[in-house]
Amino acid sequence: MAGNVSITLQNTDEGRAIINAISADNAEAVVNVYPSMTKIDCPGRLIVNRESIESEMGRPFDLQELQLSLVSLAGNVDEDDDKFVLEWNR
Amino acid sequence: MTVDIKTTSVQPRRNTFAHIARRSGSDKAASRYDEATFDMQPSANFHYRPTWAPEFELFDKRRTALEMEDWDAFKDPRQYYYGAYTIARARMMESTEKNFAFVEKRRSFDSIEPNWRDLLQLYLIPLRHFEWGANMNNCNITDLGYGAAITQATMYATMDRLGNAQILSRIGLLLDNQTGESLATAKMAWMELPVWQPIRRMVEDSLVLNDWFEQFVAQNFVFDTLVYSLVLGAFDDEGQKRGAHGVSLLTEFLSDWHDETARWVDAVLTRAAKESPQNANLISSWVAKWSGIALPALEPLAREVLRNDAETALGSAEERLEARFAKFRTDDRVHI
Amino acid sequence: MNAETKIERKAKKLGLKERYGHLTRGLGWETSYQPMDKVFPFASYEGIKIHDWDAFEDPFRLTMDAYWKYQAEKERKLYAVIDSFAQNNGQMKITDARYVNALKIFLTGVSPLEYMAHRGYAHVGRHFVGAGPRVACQMQAIDELRHAQTQMHTISHYNKYFDGLHDPRHMFDRVWYLSVPKSFFEDAMTAGPFEFLTAISFSFEYVLTNLLFVPFMSGAAYNGDMATVTFGFSAQSDESRHMTLGLEIIKFMLEQDADNVPIVQRWIDKWFWRGYRLLSIVAMMMDYMLPKRVMSWAEAWGIYFEEAGGALFEDLSRYGITTPKYADVASKEKDRLTHEVWSTFYNYTRAAAFHTWIPNDDELAWLSEKYPETFDQLYRPRYEHWRSLQQKGERFYNNSLPQLCNVCQIPMVFTEPDDPTKLCLRSTEFEGEKYHFCSDGCKDIFEFEPQKYVQSWLPVHQIFQGNCGGATMPEVLDWYGIKNGSDNLDYEGSPDQTIWNDWTKSAQRAAG
Repeated sequence: MAGNVSITLQNTDEGRAIINAISADNAEAVVNVYPSMTKIDCPGRLIVNRESIESEMGRPFDLQELQLSLVSLAGNVDEDDDKFVLEWNR
Repeated sequence: MTVDIKTTSVQPRRNTFAHIARRSGSDKAASRYDEATFDMQPSANFHYRPTWAPEFELFDKRRTALEMEDWDAFKDPRQYYYGAYTIARARMMESTEKNFAFVEKRRSFDSIEPNWRDLLQLYLIPLRHFEWGANMNNCNITDLGYGAAITQATMYATMDRLGNAQILSRIGLLLDNQTGESLATAKMAWMELPVWQPIRRMVEDSLVLNDWFEQFVAQNFVFDTLVYSLVLGAFDDEGQKRGAHGVSLLTEFLSDWHDETARWVDAVLTRAAKESPQNANLISSWVAKWSGIALPALEPLAREVLRNDAETALGSAEERLEARFAKFRTDDRVHI
Repeated sequence: MNAETKIERKAKKLGLKERYGHLTRGLGWETSYQPMDKVFPFASYEGIKIHDWDAFEDPFRLTMDAYWKYQAEKERKLYAVIDSFAQNNGQMKITDARYVNALKIFLTGVSPLEYMAHRGYAHVGRHFVGAGPRVACQMQAIDELRHAQTQMHTISHYNKYFDGLHDPRHMFDRVWYLSVPKSFFEDAMTAGPFEFLTAISFSFEYVLTNLLFVPFMSGAAYNGDMATVTFGFSAQSDESRHMTLGLEIIKFMLEQDADNVPIVQRWIDKWFWRGYRLLSIVAMMMDYMLPKRVMSWAEAWGIYFEEAGGALFEDLSRYGITTPKYADVASKEKDRLTHEVWSTFYNYTRAAAFHTWIPNDDELAWLSEKYPETFDQLYRPRYEHWRSLQQKGERFYNNSLPQLCNVCQIPMVFTEPDDPTKLCLRSTEFEGEKYHFCSDGCKDIFEFEPQKYVQSWLPVHQIFQGNCGGATMPEVLDWYGIKNGSDNLDYEGSPDQTIWNDWTKSAQRAAG
């Protein structure tokens, strides 16, 4: 069994939209809210989809903008124009 | 009712850090640049010698022949700390992006004369490797230099040179319609084409210099003054006549960057030369040595691009170097 | 060239991966006028074998245009907060002035490391052979400079009102407990480029840094320190890139040659232990110095090392890498570490540039709740005893000089892994001299490279040798730049406390 991957985001308006997008796209995601930040854990793999964030935000979103909201992550990263994936045992 | 913030207890008990106050002689509020710069580098009681240079301390003044009483005297006239620096570059980049969009939309490259297009491929795109060499040299100075004043500015220069190389690469990708062919051709030119070989040799020779301040003089003063004067001056002027105004829009970032950076480079050299006649002589000898190498190295490329006008272009590049050198040279007997 | 036919076609847009490849990868070249091993002299002396530098993948694929754009946006936001914090006297809105002591440790002990990281990554950013890893290191080099500067700028405002923050750079090079972080980072920087990356990018950034930043920044938010929260989170957004470099470089070394595996494992073992010992000071900040706490050290260790590290090392097991040696000892220590360290600083606070105190009753109750196995049994009685001494006007200060571990340079205050009541003391002989250690982890590190650690600048030895301003406490404090009676001693009775009480009283009056 693979351990959890995780992503931690700031509790800002953009962060909130990203968190919503991640929760919608990852059924097994567990959301933990801390003062000023939110940590999302997910077994084995977690995907962040550009399109989901765009529909949350109502504007075009470049996945490299994630850098403005990221606090921390755990897992191997694979990023392209449409998705940002965190994974163990790739 | 609100708290009266004029009460004595919210008067500051001190206005800046002690190391800044010692330097300025008074506890007055300091600028962000000063607080981000002075005494940032550890300077005493080191634990272990570097396994990669056991004859030196981790930060060691003896890594250059230049001598300074106060190594933080190399204040950057632009007063760049990280925030000021990135915000300035982001602004420049924003207008460059607009220029890229304009050039693509208006298909400005269509108007370039075909034979000038070939010359652009020959002289401009391989310059990305020259920029990468400049990135390595400035990174090396950031590694081995002494004091945060000069090494933070060389850190910014390191990233600037990568940025310059990437803008040149994007021009290549516009020329080759995003196939990357122009970049491969440029690499071949840099590695094999006779006109580029003396330039590559001078860059490689500068990469292995032991004295970081000599490296600073060679790269940031001699090479850059000559190369920028030639490539973004004379070559670009010729391009204007050959339909390549679109290219100038895209290289504007590099020429603006060079003008801005020259102010800092001149300030560093002026301050170092002012310190002592020994420093001034050292700098003069390095300028003489490296311009003696760089001028002939640039000649074949200048001839290839400008033919009969090469002489004039090289002459004005040399004049430009002389004019900047005159600002801080103290020994009139040394000539380039 | 058939340029004209080419531009007839519609310009296509490149994907992130292709674009990054074109703009970064091809920049380097095989030098021929100077031999490659002269241009890159440090690529092989550590024994790491690299066959294909292009196999290194930087998943973030940042080019300078995007770097400047996003970083400038972060900086604009951050300095807007710093300015408004100062204009609104934000220092008056924190939960309690005791909190500022955590910032004092941060500014004197952590911010200088950010600066050193800047220089260390510049070294590797010049000397790695491949363009990909070099660019990633250069970006980290400039990011770390950012962190050092934004921390100075943020805490500058606190320095105007509180003691202990006035001379951080001078103190870093001299004060006894600051040799712990200083020697840690110098150890990494004086190693070769691959060990440096294993030490800082992987062991520190990837495995341990979450323990430093995440709970601490969340703690700052909880304690009303908006300026620190902002620089902290702003720095963490770079940190995600740095952590990823750490994991990628480890995988890169492991994939390049099987001979690299045992070397990397030894570095992971060493730097896990070295990093863990360094974090003991942060651990103490979490449990003792935040008036409002987010989570205990033991809980943070559970989440960020045992759980997250477990998944990581399971992932790396396919290369033959195992959980760092002595990780089990760290887990055994998690219920006592912070109490042992806080007690030590309580003892030696006369020679420190921050205040200590006995936790109040609510705080003692919180510690009992978070440490049910150990706190009431082992540490509460000690604190109650010290409190009664203080109430009698006999606040206990230890005026002797402690023996320091020759590797981590922390006083020898840790206890046996299996017996929290017995001091853990280890020693070894080298070239006729005896060297002392706080743990098997530190002893192992020494024994593998004794020539390195005999060079340690040990503050207590240096005082005895007369290299620290003199033989008396006032002389040494003066040499440290610590102002006796304001920077040091108990929080109770300090100028910080007086000012804080004035503010809170006038705020209460104002509120009617």
